[in-house]
Amino acid sequence: MNKPAIPNSFRTGPDEQGMFGIFGGRFVAETLMPLILDLERHWNEVKDDPDFKAELTDLSTHYAGRPSKLYFAEGLTRHLREVSSTKGLGGGAKVYFKREDLNHTGSHKINNCLGQILLAKRMGKKRIIAETGAGQHGVASATVAARFGFPCVVYMGATDVARQSPNVFRMKLLGAEVRPVTAGHGTLKDAMNEALRDWVTNVEDTYYLIGTAAGPHPYPELVRDFQSVIGTEARAQILEQEGRLPDTIIAAVGGGSNAIGLFHPFLDDRSVKIIGIEAGGRGLDGIEHCASMSAGAPGVLHGNRTYLLQNADGQIMDGHSISAGLDYPGVGPEHSWLRDSGRVDYVPILDDEALEAFQLTTRVEGIIPALESAHAIAHAIKIVPAMDKDQIVIVNLSGRGDKDVHTVANMLGMEI
Amino acid sequence: MTTRIDRRMAKLKAEGRPALVTYFMSGDPDYGTALSIMKALPKAGADIIEMGMPFSDPMADGPAIQAAGLRALKGGQTLVKTLKMASEFRAADNETPIVLMGYYNPIYIHGVDRFLRDALASGIDGLIVVDLPPEMDEELCIPALKAGINFIRLATPTTDDKRLPKVLQNTSGFVYYVSMTGITGSALADTGKVAAAVTRIKGHTDLPVCVGFGVKTAEQARIIGASADGVVVGTAIVNAVANVLGPKGEKTADPAEAVATLVSGLSQGVRAARLAAAE
Ligand SMILES: Cc1ncc(COP(=O)(O)O)c(C=O)c1O
Repeated sequence: MNKPAIPNSFRTGPDEQGMFGIFGGRFVAETLMPLILDLERHWNEVKDDPDFKAELTDLSTHYAGRPSKLYFAEGLTRHLREVSSTKGLGGGAKVYFKREDLNHTGSHKINNCLGQILLAKRMGKKRIIAETGAGQHGVASATVAARFGFPCVVYMGATDVARQSPNVFRMKLLGAEVRPVTAGHGTLKDAMNEALRDWVTNVEDTYYLIGTAAGPHPYPELVRDFQSVIGTEARAQILEQEGRLPDTIIAAVGGGSNAIGLFHPFLDDRSVKIIGIEAGGRGLDGIEHCASMSAGAPGVLHGNRTYLLQNADGQIMDGHSISAGLDYPGVGPEHSWLRDSGRVDYVPILDDEALEAFQLTTRVEGIIPALESAHAIAHAIKIVPAMDKDQIVIVNLSGRGDKDVHTVANMLGMEI
Repeated sequence: MTTRIDRRMAKLKAEGRPALVTYFMSGDPDYGTALSIMKALPKAGADIIEMGMPFSDPMADGPAIQAAGLRALKGGQTLVKTLKMASEFRAADNETPIVLMGYYNPIYIHGVDRFLRDALASGIDGLIVVDLPPEMDEELCIPALKAGINFIRLATPTTDDKRLPKVLQNTSGFVYYVSMTGITGSALADTGKVAAAVTRIKGHTDLPVCVGFGVKTAEQARIIGASADGVVVGTAIVNAVANVLGPKGEKTADPAEAVATLVSGLSQGVRAARLAAAE
């Protein structure tokens, strides 16, 4: 559907109205409109400001630990080559992990939070609010709020509070107030509604630190730009380590921030195949998944037009994923545009497949990946054995899996 | 082209009193009950009816209207049924203006052109769509105006004098001033500030200015109505319904009667507004 013409570059969006083709925009209540325009004005001021960049780079280096490593996953590569020979294929591409799990706070979320907290500081804001699903963005927000001395309120669905309890405790230790949200299924969508309600109420002093590349313009753009450090580094690192570009890059898509961060610098490298992984949950036949681009339709929610899980009446569905960070019925608008333009393929991975990838990676690499990242690895496990040995795949290891050990133990029927 | 809203507002202006604008949630708790509530509104003294279109993610609404929307959706309400309810009401009342209020997605999914056709055929006079600011006018506002349906915009305390002209540009019917920065159901703002804001907006437009968000009692309606051309009451009405529902959603009294009692009181309030102001 809606196939836009192939553009000369895939990296020029959004337009001045904040649109990526028909996606994106500023679908917000009038109360928020002046705030969003103000944010846009400040963002335009800082995005090419060398002082701002220098401050962010310094924090990224010394506080967050960037650049993150591009690691040749030899154990997984060897394993998948064995799988390939068993199938009589004799192939198996080289798998690299972009190690966002090694960042301070354990995921890519810190990249965005450092950028936005500096923006909040420049804007003279006094209070930070955030929404969180897995708790990784909540932790990263609470972390930068602590570091820069802001009070911080994190909205988190009640279901997620229960399944991500270690992160809830971390946020509290960091001095943030965690407000459980019981509306709906008590997951990320409901947390985002509640954060928006807070923002509408506290317009003077509050900065809304959105955790993914979604929401009204300019959030999808600025979150993307703060996360693009992932792809910029990975591109330079693979050129350095292998002397060439990868054949395929893969990332999991919740709201889409780690994925757009990896993808964006590669979008105009037409030889690079780009694959985004959606949460297939218990399968796409029913409603227990979060594959908005594979099984949803364009609609308007949380300030932007994008692919959404919804019914025929335009009511948003709750969806399901084993991974709290992917449990969102929408996706950032740039992904919707990349999907329709055909530049990026989006495919689902089931809960069980992610769980298997989680365990395999732990055993053959000694790395416990976040369940979100395990979705991306699961797809690599599917496609790598059929690829040639001289091919290269980069998987975004968006976060570490310590937060998920309770969920995984539960799924495996173990008590811890 | 005048609409039912224009005519009703002109009539009330001649009478020298503000309008009572009543919001109810269509389909709460079920279709039949909601229709009986809607029919009771004008009889109890409502001048304009705002029909809430339930949405799963009402970002600008507080707990009361959120819960009402969920009850309606659980009861099987859809946009199509909301329009059907409006036309059933219209069959017996061709005067009272009906304004649909809600969020954009159900309209977008129904299809904008089809929605406007169906809304006109159902006797809808105006639209309030919370998540369509003037920056998004091409989506629905302009097509609605072309179709002869008023597009009523919200102006808020954050809409400064510089921005007001943009907000007012394609607004028709009336301007809805949101009395506070916040969600529906919050406490009423400082009424002196509200009156000053109404005066400020009137400096930019000849359209009637109605004030909503936070008005719950007849006394508040009277005070706000002293300066505003209309007073909007929503959460209090939705609460009147919720109060006669038991823990399982069963009716413990007649919701239409509960709403009518409340609205009669509010109507006394708006009728006393200018008398009090003249004192
Ligand atoms: C480790 C990790 N990866 C991925 C995600 C998904 O978010 P996004 O799609 O914005 O990267 C999350 C969200 O919480 C996460 O914690």
